[in-house]
Amino acid sequence: MKYVDEFRDPQLITRAAEEIRRLADPNRHYRLMEVCGGHTHAIYRFGLKDVLPPNIELIHGPGCPVCVLPMGRIDDALSVAAQPDVIFAAFGDMMRVPGTNGSPLEHKARGMDVRIVYSPTDAIKLAKMNPQKHVLFFAIGFETTAPSTALTLMRARSEGLRNFSVFCNHVTIIPAIRAILDSPDMRLDGFIGPGHVSTVIGCRPYEWIAKNERKPIVVCGFEPLDLLQSIVMLLTQLQKGEAKVENQYRRVVPWEGNPAALRAMAATFQLRPYFEWRGLGFISQSALRIREEYAEWDSEQRFQIPGIRVTDPKAAQCGEVLKGVLKPAQCKLFGKECTPENPVGALMVSSEGSCAAYYNYEHRKSAMVRITSAA
Amino acid sequence: MCLAIPGKIVEIASDNPTSALVDVVGMRRRVDLGLLQEDMPVCGDWVLIHVGFAMSKISEADAVDQMRMLEMLGEAEAAEQEVRGYGLEETPDNAGVVSLESFEGRK
Repeated sequence: MKYVDEFRDPQLITRAAEEIRRLADPNRHYRLMEVCGGHTHAIYRFGLKDVLPPNIELIHGPGCPVCVLPMGRIDDALSVAAQPDVIFAAFGDMMRVPGTNGSPLEHKARGMDVRIVYSPTDAIKLAKMNPQKHVLFFAIGFETTAPSTALTLMRARSEGLRNFSVFCNHVTIIPAIRAILDSPDMRLDGFIGPGHVSTVIGCRPYEWIAKNERKPIVVCGFEPLDLLQSIVMLLTQLQKGEAKVENQYRRVVPWEGNPAALRAMAATFQLRPYFEWRGLGFISQSALRIREEYAEWDSEQRFQIPGIRVTDPKAAQCGEVLKGVLKPAQCKLFGKECTPENPVGALMVSSEGSCAAYYNYEHRKSAMVRITSAA
Repeated sequence: MCLAIPGKIVEIASDNPTSALVDVVGMRRRVDLGLLQEDMPVCGDWVLIHVGFAMSKISEADAVDQMRMLEMLGEAEAAEQEVRGYGLEETPDNAGVVSLESFEGRK
């Protein structure tokens, strides 16, 4: 019963679950995609599936930046870091992500200078502390993280820091959603929109999903109640035949986003013509590169980059899982060759990857079952 | 990396208005306010922090909920580790060894 006390309001959760059962048409099958990896993690952790009627299926989207990063990008950055006097700095999430010849952590064990930083500004600090070395900061993330990298680039330039560069892997969420909607084997009824990405980009960029694709989307918080309320909002729209952008996470997400963050991104980044996503392939204008004005702080403009391309192991079905065509456990490697301790595919590496989330939580008797049966 | 950690601003640097000292469950670290320039927070305000940058202002009640949610998600420890690591605090001799080892120990 541990979890029951931790939830803000078990009664509200029970009521939201009842409302969902009331709204869901038993003759219809609903496929709702949660775009954000943080939501995927929360959905498994709380066992939300167990309080939803069986005709509501949650499809896990592409919103885990570690999961969608092609292995070749890690190989490229590590090949730069293999040069003498280069320090490879990255967030902790990246440390166990496999490259062709091992993860950054394994490269460290073989002598590479690899450091964890918790903020991109600390990579700048690292560069100042090591003036005789070059610090390559491996930047990754959606629009939630990109503004921090943008300000870091601006600071490096204004301080005239010469021994620091950013290996930029920032991606943008909208083109990924578009690619999924364009995918012929994908049929979706609505979207649970990302929470923290939306604090930056706001809700307007989703309007085409409602207008042109006629799919409802609800920007959502991360608590169990947030997720259930968002599903209520989606079902209400679907019942009325509406398709709107709604904001369930108003306590954090302003409709217009964060203009200062968007300005910093616009000043330092431009769209790449195309970028490869693991599992989804090449998507046009889906990632950010560093502007010419900041070329000196762009690892890709400063160093020779081999441009390595690695195809995923054939047996791993990350792409199908990423698109929601397969459930994690339907992949042949799931829980056998591929586990969170020894990830083969990227979806198993990050706690926000759907395979790791499924592996870690699905076998547990879910908290939700306990709540709803206790209430 | 995708954590949003609530913190309370306890001091804003007099020589740099975008650098704030923030309290996160008793730990104090410098956090960047540069992304909140449209609506600068003041001392006593609560913010959501992401990779060392304050991303949005929130209410105290939401901050409490957010911390509890991190606990429910099993991410409180990771959040604490992230905040502790801001400013390379664990690696005063810049060896980077301490945090890497503690990271390895956590997996």
